[in-house]
Amino acid sequence: MRSSPVISSPTSTVRPKGDVVIRIEGITKEYVMGESVIRALRGVDLLIHQNEYLAVMGPSGSGKSTLMNMLGCLDTPSSGRYEFNGKDVASMEDDELAEIRNREIGFVFQTFNLLPRSTSLQNVELPLIYAGLRAHERQRRAEEALVAVGLGDRMDHKPNELSGGQRQRVAIARALVNQPSIILADEPTGNLDSQTGEEIMALLENLYDEGNTIVVVTHEEEIAEHARRVVHLRDGVIESDHLRIGVRKR
Amino acid sequence: MRAWSEFVESARIAGQQLLANRTRSFLTGLGVIIGIIAVTLMGIAVKGIDTGFDQSMNMLGEDVLYVEQYPWTAIDDFWLYKNRPDIRPSMADSLNAIIADTPNSLLQLAVAAPSILETITYGKRQLSNVYLMGTTDDYALIIPINCRQGRFLDQIESRGGRNVCVIGIDVAQGLFGGDEPIGKKIRIGEQQFEVIGLFEKQGSFLGLFSFDSQVVIPLTAYSKYFKTGADSASIRVKVKDKKRMAEAREELRSDVRRVRGLLPEKEDNFTINEQQAFRSTLGPVKAGLAIAGLFITGLALFVGAIGIMNITFVSVKERTREIGTRKALGARRRTILLQFLIEAVSVCLLAGIIGLVLAFLLFGLVTVAFPSFPIAFSPGLVVVALVISVITGVISGFAPAWQASRLNPVEALRYE
Repeated sequence: MRSSPVISSPTSTVRPKGDVVIRIEGITKEYVMGESVIRALRGVDLLIHQNEYLAVMGPSGSGKSTLMNMLGCLDTPSSGRYEFNGKDVASMEDDELAEIRNREIGFVFQTFNLLPRSTSLQNVELPLIYAGLRAHERQRRAEEALVAVGLGDRMDHKPNELSGGQRQRVAIARALVNQPSIILADEPTGNLDSQTGEEIMALLENLYDEGNTIVVVTHEEEIAEHARRVVHLRDGVIESDHLRIGVRKR
Repeated sequence: MRAWSEFVESARIAGQQLLANRTRSFLTGLGVIIGIIAVTLMGIAVKGIDTGFDQSMNMLGEDVLYVEQYPWTAIDDFWLYKNRPDIRPSMADSLNAIIADTPNSLLQLAVAAPSILETITYGKRQLSNVYLMGTTDDYALIIPINCRQGRFLDQIESRGGRNVCVIGIDVAQGLFGGDEPIGKKIRIGEQQFEVIGLFEKQGSFLGLFSFDSQVVIPLTAYSKYFKTGADSASIRVKVKDKKRMAEAREELRSDVRRVRGLLPEKEDNFTINEQQAFRSTLGPVKAGLAIAGLFITGLALFVGAIGIMNITFVSVKERTREIGTRKALGARRRTILLQFLIEAVSVCLLAGIIGLVLAFLLFGLVTVAFPSFPIAFSPGLVVVALVISVITGVISGFAPAWQASRLNPVEALRYE
C-alpha cells in the first residue's frame, strides 16, 4: 500500500502517530490544454497525520505542484476522495475552500507573497481579518506570531525594508497566525541564499517540534533531508513514500 | 464584524493604491472631475434661471391678471389684435365699480398702468428708451414695492398729478452716478419731474420686467403729458385667491365685456394675460437646457467611467498575484469584489470632490464677475454630485472587480 509509509528501520525515531489530518484516496487531475488532455495526477493516495514533517519531491512535470495545489485546497481533484480533518473538500465550492484555507492551512511561498505596501504586522493580520477577528485580538495574535519567528522588532517595517530571510519569516508568521492544521511550504528557500535557507529550515524544524504539521514541496534533496518522511512523485503517481531515519538535526 | 474588518482593510488598501499611483489615479479621475463640474454647473444654471425667473415674475405678481390689447405669447394674426380698441386707463374705475357691486367677487382691485418708452435727461446725461409707467398709489396694493430710498407715490400725488417720479436703480446710476437721487429734478420728455423714491435693487432676468430700469409717475400726470395715439393701457387686476385664478379670469372676462358692452355673439376684443403664460414658455427652454446638460454630463461621466473601468482592469492584472495570495489566505469572492469596487469608488469619489471644489471656485468667479447673473448654489447639488460619483464608481468598477473575484487562485498565484 502506497499510502502507509514503509518504515525502513525498526529503530526509527518517528514519534507516535497523531490523528489523520489529510486523507487522499485515488485522486486524479486532468487539464484540458487545447486539443490534448494533460493527466497531471493519475491516482494518488496519501495519508498525513498530525505533527508529521513531510517533503514532497519530484522533478518538474511530476505532478508535484498539482498535488500541492490539492493539498492547499487551492484546486479540486477531477476524481477521487480528499478529506481534510474528516471534511470532504473534493466537492466544495470556492468560498467554502477559501474558509478551509483560511482556518486550516498556512501557506509559505517561494516568493514570500507579502503585500508590498503593508507593514509586517498588517501582512500577518490579513488571515485574521478574513477570519473575522476583532482589531485588538488580531493585533495581539499577529504580534505573538512575529515574536515567535524572531521579528518582534520589525513589526512596522514594510517588505522592502526587510531582508529576504526576514520576509520569509514574516510569511511564516502569517502562515502560523491562524493556528492551522498544516503548514504548506512551496520551495520555501528557493529565493534565499543557502545560509538564510538553513535558518528558515531551522525555524520550520522548531515549528515541527512545537507540534505543527509541516508539508514542504521541493526539488532540492538538501531541503527534503530536513523532513521525517519523503514522498517522491513521478509522472503523476507516488513513486516512493518512506520515513527517513537519522534525520539531520542542527 | 468580518464584513466591517474587510471593509476597513479594503479602504486602507484603496488609499494606499491611490497614493502610490497618484498621477495615474488623477488622470483617470479627470473624466469624472469634468463630469462632476458639468453636473454642478448645469444644476447651478438651471436653479439660477428658476430663481431669476421667479424674481422677475414676482414683479408681475402671481395673483395679478393683466387686461391688455395684445397677448404676451405668440401672436398669430397681428392685425386682428392691432384693430382692437385701445384699453383706456378709465376702464380700471369701471371695473372697480363692477367688482364692488359683485357679491363674493373673486377680484380685489383693478389699477391702470399705461406705459411708454421715453427719453430722460438730467443735466447733460440722457437715457433713451426708458420704460415709463403711469399709475396710482393703488399699484402698491397689487404688487409689493420696496423702496431703497424715499417712497412710492401717495394718494394725493396720484390724484393731483404732481410732477413726481420713482426711479429704478439702473436709471439712478445712469443719471446721477453715485449721487443722491432723491430731490433731484429730471426731465422726462418735455416735463420736469422730481425724484421722490428709489426702488430697491431687484435684479433682472434677461433684462425683463425689472423695476431697476423703470420710471413710475402718477397716472394723471402721465395722461396729461404722454398720451399718444399709439399707447394702450394695461389694467392690472389683483385676484383674492390665487388658487382660483381660472375662475377669477372668467369673472374678469365677463366684467370687461360688460364694460365694453360686447354682445354675446361678439368675440373678445381684449386679452387677459397672466404670468403663467411666461412660465409655460419657459418650460420648454428649461427642459431643453436640462436635456442638453444631461447629455453633456452623461457623455463626460461615460468617458470618465470607461477610464476608471480601464484602469481598474489594469490594476486587477497588475495585482493578480496579490489576488492569488489573498485567496490563498482565505479571502472569499465577495471580499475581492468589494476590495476592487472600493478602489474604483474611492477614485470616483475623490474626483467628484475635486470636481465640486472646482465648480464652486468657478461659481465664485462668475458671481464676482457678473453680480447680477442669476445663479444659486444649493447644498442638494453637493449630495447629488457625490451620489453620482459613487454610482459611477460602482458601475465602472464592477466588471473588473467581478473578474478579479472569479480568478482561479492557482493561476493567479502562478501569474508573472
